[in-house]
Amino acid sequence: MSEYLLEVKDLKQHFPIRTGWFSSKPLKAVDGVSFEIKPGETLGLVGESGCGKTTVGRTILHLYQPTSGEIIYNGQQITSQNIHKFRQEMQIVFQDPYSSLNPRMTVSDIVGEPLDIHKLYGTRGERDARIKELLRLVGLNSDHARRYAHEFSGGQRQRIGIARALAVDPKFIVCDEPVSALDVSIQAQVINTFEDLQQKLGIAYLFIAHDLLVVKHISRRIAVMYLGRIMEIADADEVITHPVHPYTQSLISAIPIPDPNTARTRKRIPLEGDVPSPLNMPSGCAFRTRCRYATERCAQECPTLAEIGPGHRVACWNPHE
Amino acid sequence: MNEPLLQVKNLCTSFNVDSGEVRAVNGISFNLDKGRVLGIVGESGSGKSVTAYSIMRILVEPGRITDGQILYNGEDIVKYSEKQMREFRGKRVSIIFQDPMTSLNPVYTIGNQLREAILLHTDRNREQANARALEMLRLVGVNEPEKRLKQYPHELSGGMRQRVMIAMALACEPDILIADEPTTALDVTIQAQILELMQSLQKKLGMAIIMITHDLGVIADMCDEIIVMYAGRICERGTADEIFYNPRHEYTKGLLRSIPRLETGHERLIPIAGSPVDLTNMPKGCSFASRCDNCMKICLSTLPEELDINDFHKASCWMNVKQVYEEAAAEKEAESK
Repeated sequence: MSEYLLEVKDLKQHFPIRTGWFSSKPLKAVDGVSFEIKPGETLGLVGESGCGKTTVGRTILHLYQPTSGEIIYNGQQITSQNIHKFRQEMQIVFQDPYSSLNPRMTVSDIVGEPLDIHKLYGTRGERDARIKELLRLVGLNSDHARRYAHEFSGGQRQRIGIARALAVDPKFIVCDEPVSALDVSIQAQVINTFEDLQQKLGIAYLFIAHDLLVVKHISRRIAVMYLGRIMEIADADEVITHPVHPYTQSLISAIPIPDPNTARTRKRIPLEGDVPSPLNMPSGCAFRTRCRYATERCAQECPTLAEIGPGHRVACWNPHE
Repeated sequence: MNEPLLQVKNLCTSFNVDSGEVRAVNGISFNLDKGRVLGIVGESGSGKSVTAYSIMRILVEPGRITDGQILYNGEDIVKYSEKQMREFRGKRVSIIFQDPMTSLNPVYTIGNQLREAILLHTDRNREQANARALEMLRLVGVNEPEKRLKQYPHELSGGMRQRVMIAMALACEPDILIADEPTTALDVTIQAQILELMQSLQKKLGMAIIMITHDLGVIADMCDEIIVMYAGRICERGTADEIFYNPRHEYTKGLLRSIPRLETGHERLIPIAGSPVDLTNMPKGCSFASRCDNCMKICLSTLPEELDINDFHKASCWMNVKQVYEEAAAEKEAESK
């Protein structure tokens, strides 16, 4: 068996966009993404809106049928035929705790539904006991089970979403921007909950977020995406302290730092212009239209991820220290 | 000393809803000097946006200003008629909103919307207004401005739309720009562009900015002075350095502890326990008491008064009073020895 819990190889997700009555054009949301996640590890996936990070998360779970590429879980390839048996192992927590919980269901129904689907209990009593245990695990009270989702605050709702994901005892959870809808003081509570659960239950996370400070805090490794491709992947500290890809460098220099002295002294590397439309991608490297170091080669050939140090891979023809 | 440009005195804004009166802003006072950048930071429901809407008098029903004064150059704008307000908005004070997607009118071109603001508030004719619109788009760094004037908002990206909003807000040269979460809906690299733009325009045009945000990073980057709000009240205010390096309110301290930092490792975050207070059912004492680690008896019964920490720093927390007493007691003890 391989050392990885999840391997994604050259994953592509193209959505057809109708351009006329009979013609369509592919929107390349994800275009050849590869990465691995070890058991109990967190991989952070960052990038700006429209870079395809959410699509990667959903495609792994076959919420979208991938266009091509392999998703290998524990040595077995996932296909649309056998995905059902993997749904017990892989779960997802969504971004918006306000729209991802059914307002007409009580908390116990929301958390209990996965148990019903996978028939994970013998008696009614076992079901209730498991729901109480799950609520306790995420820091909610067992009295909360009979209430409806609207009676809770954002942070509590996100915990309900986490409890639901945990119900089937998964080994891997896709966390799709799970804290971005929450207030700062609540964010820390939920981040700590994620970390505690990982320690206790050994769950691996794919942690998708646009907030680099949060991702850096929770992840062991970070992958940076731009227009459907991974630009750089390395250990979290390495990405933050020694980014090599010009895009990562700009991204990191743009993080607003909550420290007036640093804010006054540091230099930003501004990016010109906007992200190109994924319907009309530039040739070669996707980032070349905004890159300071772009050369002719960048327009002709698309760089692939190449190892430049232990565990540090970059897709760039002109990496700069 | 010069009179401040804007003085807010004991402003109270309430919303009467079925479940009672929601005191979104509960007696806040602050001054804004010419050419300064004031940051208002707080979580959702802390009343920071309602403060901005109150200054612009654009509160939606059932919101209304129940008490207090808003003095602009010594005149109380709370007493202004709607006609006077229309004169005031845009020309003296303008606002940019969080969401550039929804705050531009989708059925008018960019040029149309920009010209409207200019024609309404200045005595330029159509041609001059058009020239001014072009000039403004250039100023905020919109590429191909001639083409943009003829385009509709949906044809522009989020960052571009926010630039158009800024151009519109600044077209009539207001003294004060209120920015209500101007970059929250934008990506980091675009956010950096917009913040940089606002900084350079502020230097160039010399207007005062009220920057409203929940992002401490943006605040640290932009602001000279900071106001920290919680549950409709100001809990702490001071210069950026004082607030970040010498916080004296338990809420500010908690907030600064709870954010992940770039330079630190993977230590556990220290969150603020509990959830924000119910604004319809405000506690008698300090509104942060129920979530405070150092809550004392007095915090539950009596509202703390604002205390001067030093010339640039004020905070409303009983812990500071306690500290004064303790220091006095220690001094006495030292003397008696």
